[in-house]
Amino acid sequence: MSENFAVVRARNLGLTFETNDGPVHALSNVNLDVGKGDFVSFIGPSGCGKTTFLRVIADLERHTSGTIEVNGTTPENARKDRAYGYVFQAAALLPWRTIEDNIALPLEIMGFTRDQQKERIERTLELVNLNGFGKKYPWQLSGGMQQRASIARALAFDADLLLMDEPFGALDEIVRDHLNEQLLKLWDRTNKTICFVTHSIPEAVYLSTKIVVMSPRPGRVTDIIESTLPRERPLEIRETPEFLEIAHRVREGLKAGHSYDQ
Amino acid sequence: MTRPSFLHDRLLPILTVLIAIIAIWYLCVVWLNAPFVRDQAARAGTPITFAEILPQTFEQERPVLPAPHQIVTELWKTTVTLPVTSKRSLVYHAWITISATLAGFGIGAVLGILLAVGIVHNRAMDKSLMPWVIASQTIPILAVAPMIIVVLNAIGISGLLPKALISAYLSFFPVVVGMVKGLRSPDRLLLDLMRTYSATPAQLFWKLRWQAALPYLFTSLKVAVAIALVGAIVGELPTGAVAGLGARLLSGSYYGQTIQIWAALFMAALVAALLVSIVGLAHRAVLKRMGERP
Repeated sequence: MSENFAVVRARNLGLTFETNDGPVHALSNVNLDVGKGDFVSFIGPSGCGKTTFLRVIADLERHTSGTIEVNGTTPENARKDRAYGYVFQAAALLPWRTIEDNIALPLEIMGFTRDQQKERIERTLELVNLNGFGKKYPWQLSGGMQQRASIARALAFDADLLLMDEPFGALDEIVRDHLNEQLLKLWDRTNKTICFVTHSIPEAVYLSTKIVVMSPRPGRVTDIIESTLPRERPLEIRETPEFLEIAHRVREGLKAGHSYDQ
Repeated sequence: MTRPSFLHDRLLPILTVLIAIIAIWYLCVVWLNAPFVRDQAARAGTPITFAEILPQTFEQERPVLPAPHQIVTELWKTTVTLPVTSKRSLVYHAWITISATLAGFGIGAVLGILLAVGIVHNRAMDKSLMPWVIASQTIPILAVAPMIIVVLNAIGISGLLPKALISAYLSFFPVVVGMVKGLRSPDRLLLDLMRTYSATPAQLFWKLRWQAALPYLFTSLKVAVAIALVGAIVGELPTGAVAGLGARLLSGSYYGQTIQIWAALFMAALVAALLVSIVGLAHRAVLKRMGERP
């Protein structure tokens, strides 16, 4: 497969919710390609449709106009092929299952054997640095550890596409920095394609190879920024002029989107 | 932090209330039974002092209100000293009632769970069934019970089953309500999660909904087992059943055997406490297996 094979390809994508107060244009005229191995961040104020776009990719919402392909097929087929792992804003762990059993949940559903489950649980726990916590229940872990467990769960069945909806939004900044660093390493090691929703500019710039700036009413893409940062990114890279310049461009893009409806 | 002590935190408050109740009870015994002693003395024409009345109020054969020690004596006599096979043994009567209770509870619980599953998964059932489930409980069971017994008797069904059906009629309700709530308790996020895995409806049910509903189920079962007992006793009343706690209550009231009535009432309360605690223990065991926060 060529380097720029599109994992996600959206053309004139639109989604309109019919509500009692009239139609709400959650997404309008979105054109976007997510290449294989890309780390794409979606950033914008609330209501800009970034989460909705992720949910359309995941077939949790249906678009109402335009086309979208995931892995060259419809989102529904992609979902049925178990093409992606989804990480929600909250960890969404089942409280009655241990961390191990939570990671095993998708594996059980997808019919992996006991031995395969055991091997994958071990491997993914190591990927997110949670070795030794498999037998704990979710409430015994901190918020950051719970979120890592939910990432492990999304990685367990080896989907090539990882959809992350503000996974670190509820965590404090110190934990967040740490998890961002780990996530980058993980992405580097596993070579997955990641779509990442955030409302933090530094987070988006630090993580991404491509930043999609969105704005609300109607939800649309206002700017797509290809990052010039190297793949190898220590936390200190956030103080380099290059980083600040990209951050500046993102901020300008967000401003432009805002002035539109004022 | 001091460790919670069983004596101080559990036993003492309960004992305090118990002692207060017993004290008030004895006062009522004197107050309610004294007129009878006074009437007897008046009829015999002998003057009687309060000091003489007092002990007699505690030892009547058919008191208006039996004293606690009389009930305890009766309970002791009819449970421990009599053989279990005796027709006067309270253990025998209690067992008759318990067997109907458990049968009814079982039927009610299974029916309740099945109805709840139907209601949660089928919009038509939700709309059509739920109002009837609620309406069923607005009919006074005392009015329905004799009809159920009589109708079933007419088609040749008697004994345990009619009573069990009345128990089931009462006990399925809390199970339906609790399970509907429990099966609907997983939030949007978890349902979305299962959808991202393309889980089958069966997997969604067993791995998510059923597990989430278990705590609700046990809370409902505790209520259900208690009212199943009420149902079984009510089922024994209208037909003049010959055995069971209901029968003891009825025959006691026919012959003015107040001590027997109260002993049967206490036995019923003990059985209820026992049944509820057994369900409670199962509840705790399940929650523990589900990794509940201590």
